[in-house]
Amino acid sequence: MLSEHAEEILEALAIQLEEQGKKPMELGIFRDSPAIEELVKLGFIRRDADHIHLLDRGKAEAQAALRRHRLAERLMVDVLDLKTRGVNEASCKLEHLLHEGLEDNVCTILGHPKVCPHGKPIPPGRCCQEKRKKGSMKFVSTLSELEVKDKGEVAYLHAKDNSQMQKLMSIGVLPGMSISLLQKFPSYVLQLGQAQFAVDKELASSIYVRLIK
Amino acid sequence: MSGIHPKSFNAGPRQSIGYSDTLEVYISKIVESLAYSEYKISKRALALLLLQEDAEILETVKTKDAQNFPLIEHIIQEAKKHYSQPLNYIINLRRQEEATLIAQRVMTYVKNPIISLQERLSRIMMNPLTGAPILLFVLYYGLYKFVGTFGAGTLVDFLEDKVFISYVNPWVTNLVNSAIPFKVLQDLLVGEYGIITLGVRYAFAIILPIVATFFFAFAIVEDTGYLPRLAMLVDQLFKRIGLSGRAVIPLVLGFGCDTMATMVTRTLPTKRERIIATLLLALAIPCSAQMGVIFALLEGNPLGLVVWLGVIIFVFLIVGFLAAKIMPGELPTFYMEIPPLRFPQLSNVLRKTWTRLSWYFKEILPLFIFASLLIWIGQITGLFTILVRILEHPIRALGLPDQAAVAFLFGFFRRDYGAAGLYDLKKVGLLSGNQMVVSCITLTLFLPCIAQLLMNVKERGIKMGIAMSVFILFFSFSIGYLVNFILISLNISL
Repeated sequence: MLSEHAEEILEALAIQLEEQGKKPMELGIFRDSPAIEELVKLGFIRRDADHIHLLDRGKAEAQAALRRHRLAERLMVDVLDLKTRGVNEASCKLEHLLHEGLEDNVCTILGHPKVCPHGKPIPPGRCCQEKRKKGSMKFVSTLSELEVKDKGEVAYLHAKDNSQMQKLMSIGVLPGMSISLLQKFPSYVLQLGQAQFAVDKELASSIYVRLIK
Repeated sequence: MSGIHPKSFNAGPRQSIGYSDTLEVYISKIVESLAYSEYKISKRALALLLLQEDAEILETVKTKDAQNFPLIEHIIQEAKKHYSQPLNYIINLRRQEEATLIAQRVMTYVKNPIISLQERLSRIMMNPLTGAPILLFVLYYGLYKFVGTFGAGTLVDFLEDKVFISYVNPWVTNLVNSAIPFKVLQDLLVGEYGIITLGVRYAFAIILPIVATFFFAFAIVEDTGYLPRLAMLVDQLFKRIGLSGRAVIPLVLGFGCDTMATMVTRTLPTKRERIIATLLLALAIPCSAQMGVIFALLEGNPLGLVVWLGVIIFVFLIVGFLAAKIMPGELPTFYMEIPPLRFPQLSNVLRKTWTRLSWYFKEILPLFIFASLLIWIGQITGLFTILVRILEHPIRALGLPDQAAVAFLFGFFRRDYGAAGLYDLKKVGLLSGNQMVVSCITLTLFLPCIAQLLMNVKERGIKMGIAMSVFILFFSFSIGYLVNFILISLNISL
């Protein structure tokens, strides 16, 4: 298993890859870290005088490290109700525990979120493709994945573009509103506070609901 | 008891909502940069709208504060960098928070475990298994029985035969013939296609009772809150034809008057949806006036009615499906409030019916008179005879008698004229069952009436309006030809 430092380096490399494309990263604070050696040995990275380069062999592992971090953030915010300020520190500790399928369980509990609380994408895992199988174990879920009569409150919105988001806001779907699903077919009918709305599947899967049993 | 109960409360001093520190900094920066002093709303409100990038406000400020606008734009961009979500989301979130707080202070919710009768009925309407029979029930009693049988049957018979043919027409004809000695002018006013004997008679004796009953029925259905429930039921189907459930409202209205419905397509959110809906209205949605006559034509021929209905539904779906495949643009999204079911109030229903009727007559009556005028000119110049001769060729290809050409030409001026022309042919026994069905199908699909053609051009632009009409002209005859061909090949006589 990788050391915590090694995971953090991989995570930083994954962020770099996501934001700036394939560019080498300056060694900076990692210069003397033994974790660099560890990663070089595994063939995940290559090191020269001042920079490290992510190699193809390390890419999947780097993505996985980033995924664990952002899932940890989601867990802190959506389920453990931590307010935004402490999220990053707490998540940095938690992410190292999310191994051996634990991260997929967390992902399922959270309704297979696509973005972290800061709006950055979460790399999808195997569980996201097979999501229907583990339907029962969840705390947060998109409205489209709920069962009829499920109740909860809107946790957050994540739509494919701003105009979809506008539409949801215009009918008053905003975090904190109580929401329940009345019908799934042929359209999704939701009870939002005192009003009822019908939406299509696409909008329904943009609404993430924190379930209340 | 369930519902919302206001607590007693005293309105405190007015307070504005505070936003996060970061956002407040940008709000005050923008407020400082707004130099123009005559805005109708406060600068703070303006700053908030600017941060949400409201298109209209951006435009206003751009003209009124031209000098500072680049700076303001820069501030907005800077502010956006602090948030991963759009600013209108951030701002709305904060407002929602505040609104919830206020509501909590002054209201209590009483939860009622029993689902009310009206809620139960609503669920029944929205369940596809029970919703479909309800839709058929509404269509059968609202459209077929009330509009078709009562409006287009009983009322039309009374007004047409009893009032116009027995009293008004002979009286006016005598009056005009004795007052105006010129045969040509007599024909214009009271001839076979005269303004009064045909134009006004059609308007008041045939169209008025049919549209009036339709608008009355539509207003009742509208006021109960049934339409959003119908929209929700058909959304998935409509997505296949490039529309969302929302389009059900203009399309249903089209059964009353396609021209008015074309105008109502404005309520659809994207251009793509508006074009597809306009095309389908022009092609495959028969208006109430047409339907009245078509029901009368196919009376006593239930199999023919089924074939007609089947072909029209098929065309509606296939053309919509193809249009959705071809047309570029944003795919439709469906979201709609489902208001509580309500018992319609007669006064509202009557007022709505009246408003729509008076719009209809203001728009339509001049066109009737215009059409009569055109027919009159066409007849005295001989142009009409030439056009009828030309039309006889495609008419023969459909296996129809030559006389039907007149009905089709009239059909261009108003589709219901055409249908009424066919009705006359049926009365004298010139049409067989097959011919009746083929001509009903062709005429339903055939070019929209002049009013709708003008509305298409007005709403969709001259290019699109003309292109649609040309397409419909060829398409309607092709389908008529095809149906006739199939009926003959399979040796079916309806």
